[in-house]
Amino acid sequence: MREREDEWTGLMRSAISGDDAAYHRLLKAVAPVLRAAARRGLARAGQPVDQSEDIVQDILLAVHLKRHTWDANAPFAPWLFAIARNKLIDSLRRRGRRIFVDIDDFAETLAGETPAETAPAGEVAAQLQALPARQRDVLQSIAVESASIKDTARKFSMSEGAVRVALHRGLASLTAKLREQ
Amino acid sequence: MDTDQLIKTLAADNAHRARPVSFVLMLAMLAAAPVSLLMFFTELGVRPDVMTAMRNPFFDLKFAVTLALAISAITVCLHLSRPEASLRGFGWYLFIPAGLLVAGISGEMMMPQRMPVMTRLVGNNSKVCLTAIPLLSLPLLAAALFGLRHGASARPAVAGAIAGLASAGLAATLYASHCTDDSPLFVATWYTIATALVTAIGALIGSRVLRF
Repeated sequence: MREREDEWTGLMRSAISGDDAAYHRLLKAVAPVLRAAARRGLARAGQPVDQSEDIVQDILLAVHLKRHTWDANAPFAPWLFAIARNKLIDSLRRRGRRIFVDIDDFAETLAGETPAETAPAGEVAAQLQALPARQRDVLQSIAVESASIKDTARKFSMSEGAVRVALHRGLASLTAKLREQ
Repeated sequence: MDTDQLIKTLAADNAHRARPVSFVLMLAMLAAAPVSLLMFFTELGVRPDVMTAMRNPFFDLKFAVTLALAISAITVCLHLSRPEASLRGFGWYLFIPAGLLVAGISGEMMMPQRMPVMTRLVGNNSKVCLTAIPLLSLPLLAAALFGLRHGASARPAVAGAIAGLASAGLAATLYASHCTDDSPLFVATWYTIATALVTAIGALIGSRVLRF
């Protein structure tokens, strides 16, 4: 487990120095751990565990938008688990329950643990429709159609810079909408 | 959008770099400072005998206390803008201004005084003090909360309260140059009540706006 967390820290450091592939690998690596913790939190709150995917996406968005608060000299896992714990409590509270979430929920998860069937996430997709057209088009192009920033720029006759701006603003307003709902 | 698609999208946005929280906080406070200064100079102004007052160590002590409060509170709230941070190891920063004040009170007690303790404590400006410090601190508090929103505090109410302390510390620094009550007893009483009020406002607003 220690090894896994050291690997995360290394990947996050590479991500911050501009390695997009490392960032992608890191998010892929933490998602199952977050999913398992979300399911445990939901189960303990007496809620259907198949809603875990919405929580996972909520956490991933927060990790992305707040990653500048991570201190690159500190290990990544405690920071990640603090964000995750906060988002999990928030989602459970929004679902009408207040519950104590133990930080060990996250730390104890084994890397190989694969959760059972999970319902597809719907909240992010629903909020996506409420975004301004430009942001929505860019997000959809990159997320659903797997287009690169370059291809997206060409498709909408935008500059790559404008695509990047729309992409980031889109992600930020998605997060704001999720928080307000 | 499934989670893999979201991850792909986040990775595509990896090039985006956000400014550090400290930078945004400082910028916001610098932008708000002129508002508080304008309020101060139009409504209160520096006391006329400031040149003589500066030779009084108890006048100077007021600034040491209020600035110590502002600086330590800013340090603590920047620390709290990280999600995994707790007050542990940082809480003692907030005792620095309190310690200075206690030292000032003991110092004053040991000196011969013309006025009785209660007169010094009650002073002449308690009402102005209780109004001016909270009002002067409001623009700074708004700025501090705006700056902290850029962070990710796991304890929004606590972070908001500390932001309240920081802005009250700065506002009290301004007010101290106007007020003619220099006794540390006056400061310990009225400045503290005014600061507590701003802290409560900070906690209340912080618990709403600092959630991330």
